[in-house]
Amino acid sequence: MSSPKPPFACLAQAVCIAVERHADELTALDQAIGDADHGINMRRGFAAVAEKIDALGAMPFGAAVAEVGKILVMTVGGASGPLYGTFFMRLGAELGATPAPKRADLARAMRRALEAVQARGKAVRGQKTMLDVLEPLVDLLDGDAPRSASDIAVCAHQAAMATVPLRAEKGRASFLGDRSRDHLDPGARSTEIIAVALAATWEDQCKEQGAT
Amino acid sequence: MSGNVGIVIVSHSADVARGTADMVRQMVGTEVPLAWCGGDPGGGLGTNVGAVVMAIQAAWSDRGVAILVDLGGAETNSEMAVEMLDPELRARVVVCNAPIVEGAVMAATEASGGSGLDAVRRAAEKLYPR
Repeated sequence: MSSPKPPFACLAQAVCIAVERHADELTALDQAIGDADHGINMRRGFAAVAEKIDALGAMPFGAAVAEVGKILVMTVGGASGPLYGTFFMRLGAELGATPAPKRADLARAMRRALEAVQARGKAVRGQKTMLDVLEPLVDLLDGDAPRSASDIAVCAHQAAMATVPLRAEKGRASFLGDRSRDHLDPGARSTEIIAVALAATWEDQCKEQGAT
Repeated sequence: MSGNVGIVIVSHSADVARGTADMVRQMVGTEVPLAWCGGDPGGGLGTNVGAVVMAIQAAWSDRGVAILVDLGGAETNSEMAVEMLDPELRARVVVCNAPIVEGAVMAATEASGGSGLDAVRRAAEKLYPR
């Protein structure tokens, strides 16, 4: 057996694998209402993250998260690069040097990162974008109620599916007007995919460490 | 400050960016610092933050740089590129809300007459009444 990877590397690797696995699906969703490159772009970005996983694993947690954001900004090539990049860069900056962030630290940092994405995309929830999944997830984590990985998965999935009837008001899909309805938003779906991978891996790590 | 405002053209397509730059050159010759970029980091259609940063540097003028973009991702990536510049440079770069070809030609024409960054931006944005 190989030696255990540090926690951050496991999280990053889980996301990279999930994005790779769903890349074609994301591109197909984007083909319907966008420019058919979301999966291609996300695959390229997270493949670049995967190449640096050992170096990322050796960095402090917050710095590693921010570095993932920088890699995405420089490699993705579509609007999703700056949007996801901004999310992780701000999240990493907010987590700062906290060695093992707790739930409350994470919720606070995610709220700031969500606001940064809203500013970057000049968008709010309800416009058929990744924010339609991101904001409910941040709301879910905010507070004291216990949340499992399956709670997060259910929340993310329901929020993503709720973009189907919406009319797109941002990005290329907005050019379609009412014809953007009845399609799942690719950005909402990719946020769901990333959140599910992160939550499941995080929960596994907590169990291994005997935490709750 | 000397020199004219620089123009940067950012398209999803290298062909569109290059063609737009050709049209600008024909209008204003070499009086205006001009750079373009197009295509994603893998060579397909898209935009590339690193390439935008390099284009801004290539078209740099102390009087500022106006960026013309085509579709949403070009705007988002250009704004990201601006934020990656040194803070003292950042304030002298604007992303214009204008159609890329007409906006670039209008902006460059205004810049070639020695106008400042605000006037160059307004010249481009007149094409998109809001």
